[in-house]
Amino acid sequence: MAAPAPDPQFVLRGARSAVHALHFCDGAQGRPLLLSGSLHGLVHVWSLQTRRPLATLDGHGGQCVTWLHTLPWGPQLLSQGRDLKLCLWDLEEGRNAVVDTVCLESVGFCRASVLAEAPRRWMLAVPGRGSDEVQVLELPSKTSVSCLKPAAGARLGMPMCLQLWQAESSPRPLLLAGYEDGSLALWDVSARKVCSRVACHSEPVMGLALDPRRARGVSGSAEKALAVWSLEGQQALQVCGTHELTNPGIADLKIRPDSKILATAGWDHRVRVFQWRTMRPLAVLAFHSATVHCVAFDAAGLLAAGSGDQRISVWSLYPPT
Amino acid sequence: MDPMASAVRLAVQEAVRILSSSEDGGHIISTLRSLRRYLGETQTQAPPEEQEEFSRTHFSTVLRCLVGKLSPDWLGLMPDGQLEELWASFFLEGPADQAFLVLMESIEGAASPSFRLMKMAWLLARFLSAGRMAAVMEGQCGQQAGPASRLLQETLLTRVVSLPDRLGNRLQRETLAAFFPQNYFPLLGEEVLRVLHVVVDSLRGGLDCSISFLSQVLGKACVHGRQKEILGVLVPRLTVLTQGNCLWQRVCWRLVECVPDRAMEAVLKGLVEAAPGPDVLSRLLGNLVTKSKKAQFVMTQKLLFLQYSCPTPVLQSLLGYLAMDSQRRLLLMQALKELLETWGSSSAIRHAPLEQQCYISKAVLICLAQLGEAELRASRDELLASLMEGVKSRLDSSLPPVRRLGMIVAEVASARLHPEGPPLKFQYEEDELTREMLALAAPQPAADGPSEAGLPVAPVSGESPDQETVDGGGPQAGHEGSDSELDSDDELIPYDMSGDREQRSSKTPAYVRDCLEALTASEDWERWEAALRALEGLVLKSPAATCEVSLELAKVLLHLEEKTAVAGFEGLRQRALVAVTVTDPARVAEYLAAQFYALNYSLRQRMDILDVLALAAQELSRPGRLGRAAQRGPPGPGSQPSGAMIPDWQVVVEERVRRKTRRFCKGSVGRATAAGPNEFSAVAGYFFFPLLQRFDRPVVTFDLLGDDQLVLGRLAHTLGALIYLAVNTAVAVPMGKALLEFVWALRFHGDTYVRRGLLSAVSSVLLSVPAERLLADLPDELLEARSWLADVAEQDVDEDCRLLAVKALLLLEKLRDRLLPLSSP
Repeated sequence: MAAPAPDPQFVLRGARSAVHALHFCDGAQGRPLLLSGSLHGLVHVWSLQTRRPLATLDGHGGQCVTWLHTLPWGPQLLSQGRDLKLCLWDLEEGRNAVVDTVCLESVGFCRASVLAEAPRRWMLAVPGRGSDEVQVLELPSKTSVSCLKPAAGARLGMPMCLQLWQAESSPRPLLLAGYEDGSLALWDVSARKVCSRVACHSEPVMGLALDPRRARGVSGSAEKALAVWSLEGQQALQVCGTHELTNPGIADLKIRPDSKILATAGWDHRVRVFQWRTMRPLAVLAFHSATVHCVAFDAAGLLAAGSGDQRISVWSLYPPT
Repeated sequence: MDPMASAVRLAVQEAVRILSSSEDGGHIISTLRSLRRYLGETQTQAPPEEQEEFSRTHFSTVLRCLVGKLSPDWLGLMPDGQLEELWASFFLEGPADQAFLVLMESIEGAASPSFRLMKMAWLLARFLSAGRMAAVMEGQCGQQAGPASRLLQETLLTRVVSLPDRLGNRLQRETLAAFFPQNYFPLLGEEVLRVLHVVVDSLRGGLDCSISFLSQVLGKACVHGRQKEILGVLVPRLTVLTQGNCLWQRVCWRLVECVPDRAMEAVLKGLVEAAPGPDVLSRLLGNLVTKSKKAQFVMTQKLLFLQYSCPTPVLQSLLGYLAMDSQRRLLLMQALKELLETWGSSSAIRHAPLEQQCYISKAVLICLAQLGEAELRASRDELLASLMEGVKSRLDSSLPPVRRLGMIVAEVASARLHPEGPPLKFQYEEDELTREMLALAAPQPAADGPSEAGLPVAPVSGESPDQETVDGGGPQAGHEGSDSELDSDDELIPYDMSGDREQRSSKTPAYVRDCLEALTASEDWERWEAALRALEGLVLKSPAATCEVSLELAKVLLHLEEKTAVAGFEGLRQRALVAVTVTDPARVAEYLAAQFYALNYSLRQRMDILDVLALAAQELSRPGRLGRAAQRGPPGPGSQPSGAMIPDWQVVVEERVRRKTRRFCKGSVGRATAAGPNEFSAVAGYFFFPLLQRFDRPVVTFDLLGDDQLVLGRLAHTLGALIYLAVNTAVAVPMGKALLEFVWALRFHGDTYVRRGLLSAVSSVLLSVPAERLLADLPDELLEARSWLADVAEQDVDEDCRLLAVKALLLLEKLRDRLLPLSSP
């Protein structure tokens, strides 16, 4: 007899609207913080000790915050909102001021992706001006590195999710993009060409997660299945298999930093946890009462899920050894 | 006169004279020794003729004389108890029957309590322990039956069997352990067995013997109710002895055959109960049932139809015995026919107690299992006719156990009688009884069946782990390879994911009116189902909106049919109806109660109305209902993380507070439920009175006093529940009055379920209506009810009815007791 489904370790309330973005980061004295972005444009900074918001950042004019990311140096936060702005916040020493903004040109739900190696020169991928374009910028100079536009007859639709990364073996940054028609494309950013493309879903790809160590990834869409794919030789995408779900619709996926488990945020109000290596289902977390929009892992293995029911649940499952 | 006889007489007369007059111990001893010559155990034996003459004519005289002399002084004439030993030897070594009779006679004649009585009792105990009882009975086996000896036998028989009673009467508290019935009868059994051994030996030797005395002893002991003690010893030994031994079997058969008719029933019942199985019974009884009319009556009628106390294994060995021989099988067939006839008779179903019906059903099943197909086919029509009638009247019954018996027997019997036809299959809940009955219906396994059946289980269970390991090996093999450094996450154990179901589409209506519309007009079954599921919660959440449409909603719900296979449809509908009734009790209850007698409803709907009314009344009368309803709050997803995780600091703080706090006393821990008015009070009349209005006026589709007695029973139960829930309200008094009238009109109803309902209704009235008002307003009704209850408590066939009546009587008593101290000062 399996153990009954676990309960959340704690629940954060007070976002006061649906939670659309979550991100863990290291705060002062190495204490982890949880950042959440809400439908009404607020970014809350939660202390995991007191379980109360430490600060509330209002920089998106009441428009939904769809993506949050911190840069590895200094407490600098990137937030993407549907007000067509991507803000860079300085959180050092309790400050919470916007130090820079990037204007976006697409109003879709596509989340940005960042490849941050050094403070002087880092890269950001955002949906571009044309409906099927992805723009890659170099920051902090905000110069456009390239504009990735599919071939004329491809009909991929809008980009839905992006992932920038650079393989250790090669100096060339790569971009994975999931498109509206359900296909996944691997771009060589500097060459501005599609290295490989594979149709893994029949519905728009809603989220993807990549495990660079295994060169494997997983994507979820509006349909009832997850697709697991691999990057053969870092260049060719290949679908390894699909995994059937009980209910359709995946909003977000994350793989834990130690590559042990995968969590998905489902439209069916549930968070599903899989063993990443085998895609064996491990748990179904049925706590939320509305669509789960986002999941996030912290380095210590905590899992957070944000949902349309305005709550953030925090779980401690299969603690890393 | 024969010189030898007169010589003996003279010697005895002389001895008796000396014994009765002499005070010289030595003289007495020598006289006694000379008399012992006639008993034939001294060195100087008297000639055999003289011995015989002595024992036939003079022995009792001598014994009586010895008894008469018994006193402490007399025994003290010689030292060391020599005299006593010699005295006792006459009783223990002389002819046993006479010694026994004299012993019993002197014990009964002795003054109580006295030295002589105790001496004689001890002597009798020695007599028993020396095995002389076997000698008594053995003496009767060889004898020819003359009128004199028959009289003697009769006397002996009475004394032998009633020994514990007689001794108990004489000795009162001083009686010896050997004379307790639980010790004496097993001893008697042993003695009977010893005599049987002697008989068998002498039969082997070619001598003729009669064992009718033994049969009579056995019969009489059994009639006295000592089957367990005596047969408990006899049957196991006889079981062993008769195994493969024809002579013993014949002796055994003869033993039972010779039992007098009036004792036959007791003996047979004892044997059937004591025998471990049909084959043993068959060895012990032989074809007794075909030889003795009385035995046949006992075995095929009395134990099957007139009694129902035998446990199932006994019934099995009884019917198994009948099935073991071709001559007896005819009787078994006959018994099956009669059993089925009784089983199917509607009058028996109505009047026989449930236990007996169960007993007969079991007997039918065992008979069916014992009889072969060919035999059954021969009288198939007859059997089917009574079966069909029985099934029909049983399924009509309002008692679930009776119906279930009907279903089980019908299933099994039809499968046996019509093996070629499609199997009959009923739906009933499995419980212990049904499993037992179905096990009975399975053909009996051979004697060594269980051990064989046990064997194949082992390899199967041994195989499964193998399979598991094979299964487990598959995926592992598949994933070996690529990344070995990351393979260490095998220990992740999945949680329970059984709750992961497909999500319902989000068509759930959000308002009561939407539900109403979806339920009436929607062709979209998902929406229909979602509306049904959501309705109860919506109604409870928004009472005001519900009140606007309460009547329509009740109407729709009442007429709602299960169009798709919705799980738990009945419960959903019922809960929704209850919620609507609770929200707007006056109007909805009045409507529902009126519909109860309306024309076009099915019995199901009418019973639903009753259930809903009772449940709604219960909900309304629940104290603290409002508080609970408010607390309920947002349903479903608001479930808290389970309280297992109290933070550490909180535990520490609480512990510290507890250590530093002194408490002088502790109040009650549980929160008291808030007091509040009984909401049912105001509307009870709407629930109650319309239901009583027209029960005696049948309509075309609904005849409460006729066929629809099931609904009548439900009605009686519901009315009882309603008045019980109306406790402490002003309206309870007129309700009670009306209900007692209703009960009075129906008190002799033939259906058990209805009677139960009436009885529980009476109890509810007694509980609900205040005692003073009962006495002031309804004295005549109470008196009438009391006499009726007393009647039911004594005479009703149904155990539950009797029990309910007794409970109601007790309540009446309590009522009186409560009033008496009030009125006395």
